[in-house]
Amino acid sequence: MKNIGYLLAAYAATWIIHIAYLGTIVGRYSRLRREIKPGQVVGR
Amino acid sequence: MKRAFPILGILTAILLIYALYQALVAAPTDQAQGDVYRIIYYHVPSAWTAFVLLFVNFGASVFYLIKRKPVADIVALVSAEVGVVFLTVNLVTGPIWARPVWGIWWTWDMRLTSTLVLWLIYVSYLFLRRFSSSGQTPLLAAALSVLGALCVPFVYFSIWFFRTQHPQPVIGGGGSIDPRMLHVLLINWLAFLCFAFLVCWSRYNLEVLQREVDHSQALESLMAPRGGAR
Repeated sequence: MKNIGYLLAAYAATWIIHIAYLGTIVGRYSRLRREIKPGQVVGR
Repeated sequence: MKRAFPILGILTAILLIYALYQALVAAPTDQAQGDVYRIIYYHVPSAWTAFVLLFVNFGASVFYLIKRKPVADIVALVSAEVGVVFLTVNLVTGPIWARPVWGIWWTWDMRLTSTLVLWLIYVSYLFLRRFSSSGQTPLLAAALSVLGALCVPFVYFSIWFFRTQHPQPVIGGGGSIDPRMLHVLLINWLAFLCFAFLVCWSRYNLEVLQREVDHSQALESLMAPRGGAR
């Protein structure tokens, strides 16, 4: 179990990066939804 | 297609949890490094996934340069963005693994330096896409992407051609790995590929929606009656 802290740090860092990126996608999507005016036709 | 997304999402989550179990529990412990070697199950699949995405970016950019189809431009943008995220994971987990094994966080050897340069090229690609308002941006970005893609095989094969501190590749080359470890590595890669596909799908839909909103707002402002003091 030597150096287990490094292993956990690497796994945690991986998911922190992925979750942060997913957060930016969700944030951009919510901002876009707010920008779309009621009654505005968007999409196919 | 909309129904497929949550189903694929659940399947990918199950696969990621299974891959994590395999990486942390089922895979045998390395005799030399102990448990810290298990970083390989996130470090290497992240790099491979990034290379696949940058290859997709290259293909879409070439297609855009030839056909000028907006869909190719969107695929290029999305694959580069998600590819940079996976490359970032690779660059962050590498030093965390290097510290206990090599005794240093970073060394300017060919593999590490070329990976950092590759990351900087694609970050500059994303900056170009984000901050340039020129109508030529997709064209310039596609040209930059084609040049950036030339760096990918250089990064991969750098450990073959140069004497580096980085270990040899686990598939091909002079490296070798226990078949049970290779099995877990491939499971993790498959899980990462599925996850990357879903993220790309979400980001693609977002980009399509963004362009539709921009387009309808531009049309609206053109149709709006002009008036008011200048």
